Amino acid sequence: MSQNQLIVDKIKAAFPDAIEDIVSFRDEQTIVLSKDALKGVCQLLRDDEALQYNFLSDICADDLLPEFPRFAVNYHMYSLVNKHRLRLRVSVEDPEDGPITLVSIWPIASWLEMEVWDLMGIRFEGNGGLRRLFLPEDWQGHPLRKDYPLGYEEVQFSFNWQEIDAKKPYAKD
Amino acid sequence: MGIEQKLGNMGVVTYRLEDLVNWGRTNAMWPILFGLACCAIEMMSTQAAHYDASRFGMELMRPSPRQSDLMIVAGRVSRKMAPVLRRLYDQMPAPKWVSAMGDCASCGGIFNNYAIVQGVDEIVPVDVYVGGCPPRPEALIDGIMTLHEKIRGEKLKDWA
Repeated sequence: MSQNQLIVDKIKAAFPDAIEDIVSFRDEQTIVLSKDALKGVCQLLRDDEALQYNFLSDICADDLLPEFPRFAVNYHMYSLVNKHRLRLRVSVEDPEDGPITLVSIWPIASWLEMEVWDLMGIRFEGNGGLRRLFLPEDWQGHPLRKDYPLGYEEVQFSFNWQEIDAKKPYAKD
Repeated sequence: MGIEQKLGNMGVVTYRLEDLVNWGRTNAMWPILFGLACCAIEMMSTQAAHYDASRFGMELMRPSPRQSDLMIVAGRVSRKMAPVLRRLYDQMPAPKWVSAMGDCASCGGIFNNYAIVQGVDEIVPVDVYVGGCPPRPEALIDGIMTLHEKIRGEKLKDWA
């Protein structure tokens, strides 16, 4: 039995309603979970003798605008024992009501969740330390969202040089 | 060969103070280490044996703003870096000059987005812009010599 099938069987045995969908692409497995089952499944994946996903390598998020639910959070994990990778995916409808934090299972989740909040604005339930990680502390908004303005400046050519130059905020001495 | 042969035993040289001060300023101009991105590689190259910035009295890149006269902003400045850059500029003692090296420091370059400052002249007053992505050491040296030209025309009271 392949490792991929073993994971699915173990999850189904412990949490019958957890799995919403399974996507497999070139032997790379993504398990779409319901939001409520996330923490229990992760605990199982880490602690089960045959699985041992002891390394959470990344958490990232998608903005699927204009789809609904708009956001999705992906958890990439690796088993150093079995040398096997796995991706879990959770849909998020309201970014203020995001998935539960995984800090108690993998402590590194604290910073990874902070990064997701910083750039995508998904608030993880129970992670009290959410603050700006990459952006300046006084930054407004979350720039990786699709509705965030790119904020670029019009390029200066000779025909519009003076117009842009007049608006440009030059530094005082 | 030197000036003493031509002057004989006079022992006195008369010169305009302003020119003398500006001559001193142009020939011992220590830049602050401010390599932010790939332009810094060309800045290091300018410094090294082939191009030899010590010909202009610039052999020392100071890691401290308090000992430097020139800030060569080599690379793109992110919004998070901007307050740091301004603080270092404020810590440099006058007289001080700024050279924006490369397209990114001059106008944002290819990074036309929310994260990068669109030209370092939004934060600090820039004296010389050096174009290029990245500019070759020759271009940077040309920028430095242009700055020297500018300094030679400065008045003492400009910095008073």
